[in-house]
Amino acid sequence: MAESYRRSQWSNGLFVLPYLAVFVVLLAFPLFWGVWLSLHKVDLFGPGRFVGLANYGRVLVDPVFLQALRNTIVFVLVSVPVLVALGLFLALALNRTTRMTSFLRGLFFSSSVLSVTIVTLIWRFVFIPGDGLLAVLSEALSVQPVNFLSTSGWSLFSVGVATVWWCIGLPMMLFLAALQQIPNDLYEAAALDNASPWRVLTRVTVPSIARTIMLVAVIQIVMQFQLFGQAQLMTNGGPNGTSRPLVMYIYEVGFLRWDVGKAAAASELLFLIILVAAMAQYVVSARKSEASE
Amino acid sequence: MSADRSTYRPENMTANRTPLTIAAVLSVAMMAPVAWLLGLSIKDNMELKLGTDSVFELPYTLVNYLNILHSSQVFGWFFNSLVVATGQTFGVLVLSSLAGYAFARLEFPFRRTIFVIVLFGLAVPEQAVIIARHQMFNWAGLHNSYVGLILPDLSSALGVFLMTQFFKAIPREIDEAALLDNASPLRIFWKVLLPLTLPAQATLGIFTFLRAWNDYWWPLISATKKEMFTLTIGIASSQINFAQTEGLGFLSAQAVFASLPVLIVYLIFQRHIVTAVSGGAVK
Repeated sequence: MAESYRRSQWSNGLFVLPYLAVFVVLLAFPLFWGVWLSLHKVDLFGPGRFVGLANYGRVLVDPVFLQALRNTIVFVLVSVPVLVALGLFLALALNRTTRMTSFLRGLFFSSSVLSVTIVTLIWRFVFIPGDGLLAVLSEALSVQPVNFLSTSGWSLFSVGVATVWWCIGLPMMLFLAALQQIPNDLYEAAALDNASPWRVLTRVTVPSIARTIMLVAVIQIVMQFQLFGQAQLMTNGGPNGTSRPLVMYIYEVGFLRWDVGKAAAASELLFLIILVAAMAQYVVSARKSEASE
Repeated sequence: MSADRSTYRPENMTANRTPLTIAAVLSVAMMAPVAWLLGLSIKDNMELKLGTDSVFELPYTLVNYLNILHSSQVFGWFFNSLVVATGQTFGVLVLSSLAGYAFARLEFPFRRTIFVIVLFGLAVPEQAVIIARHQMFNWAGLHNSYVGLILPDLSSALGVFLMTQFFKAIPREIDEAALLDNASPLRIFWKVLLPLTLPAQATLGIFTFLRAWNDYWWPLISATKKEMFTLTIGIASSQINFAQTEGLGFLSAQAVFASLPVLIVYLIFQRHIVTAVSGGAVK
């Protein structure tokens, strides 16, 4: 019996079989079938005929798709740097163990465990005109209140505020873990050189955690490209689609208008964008770490 | 010398107290929306209709929370969420432990190839598979059922990846000792190694539970009947037309009620959650 432990045996594979079955049926198969769907005319009544790349063509000339693509890119370009910078700042500020800092760390991470519907409800009550916290405050200060959720420009901004509030915990925790790994001698050397705190930060701390900064950026890019619930629940993409992200476009086309082939094509395009973004970051970070060695 | 060094550790950036002060100010901004929600939840709905600035004045009331107790709908959603999250957690733990053990300890044909393919699964975002899944479940008639809500996320490769790491971290000598007793792989797994992975099971279990509890897109398209809503979807459906129907106070109380389980889990298992979330991210 003990032999089977070291020797390669088919029966040992039985342990993997249950997961593998689920993996094949619910992940691998849908992944490929999604591509197949995107090449066919599909509606509520099921798959129809092969149409080649026609669905992709229809997506790429759809002004609603192009607007959603632009919204999503703007959203990623603004929210990711904010999340990285704010996460790094909080990690630096809270990187020591006192009661106060552990409490604050727990607090900044706590919003991450809430569901998107709770987060949007909380922030709608802040932003809604008339009854919202900001409206009440601006009335008290006699400032003209902004209608955040239905003014173009402000609506996507409001979604961004709620998103940063929801997602800030993970970057902070990843940066805190990385700061613990910096070897002490680097700081000793800097102390010998009488380097100023700012110089220590830019010359020692930030370069030492460059890989983590890259990692956090990649994770956030991948996550924020998939923005959906916040926009759908807070602004429903409005006004005039100015806060509609790509995933919400896919949802509307696929599950409200049941143009399944077109939605599948759009989701393959989004998948491609996310892969390219993640790969690009990966290549850049690999090259950087090579250069530094 | 040692005093010098300590001033330059990043921990002691806070010797300069400005960053900590800014963080404390930010934490107030972080809490203000939640405080506002709590305030709304303890006000009478009629009073809020006249103006929400009444939140800053007496009287307060618990009537909204009492109304939840009388609303079978909210409790039904709560129960659905509990069934789905528990079922998914159990499924993920079983599948991931079995697979993780085999990947970490046993030899079988194509082991490495299969493991690499499974790791590729980590890179597949939900939206790349959700449309095809929806069609499949449509055919199988699994929408609006607990099975339909539980199954899809069992395919997540994260659990397998984490459990493989955990099993690898157990010293080999432990199974060697059991091998001397001629124990079978199943016996070693069940009697010897599995008990050692309990902390890891807790970490993965809590993480999976939270993810299932908070899941949004799949239950949104799969559970379309009101009585099959999870709490997350139920709250979403009531906030879409909130002004007309239910009143801000009642809706706020529902939100507080819906977040209590996750916040309690978070308070008790904070360390596990942070480990799981950051471990999952650094895959």
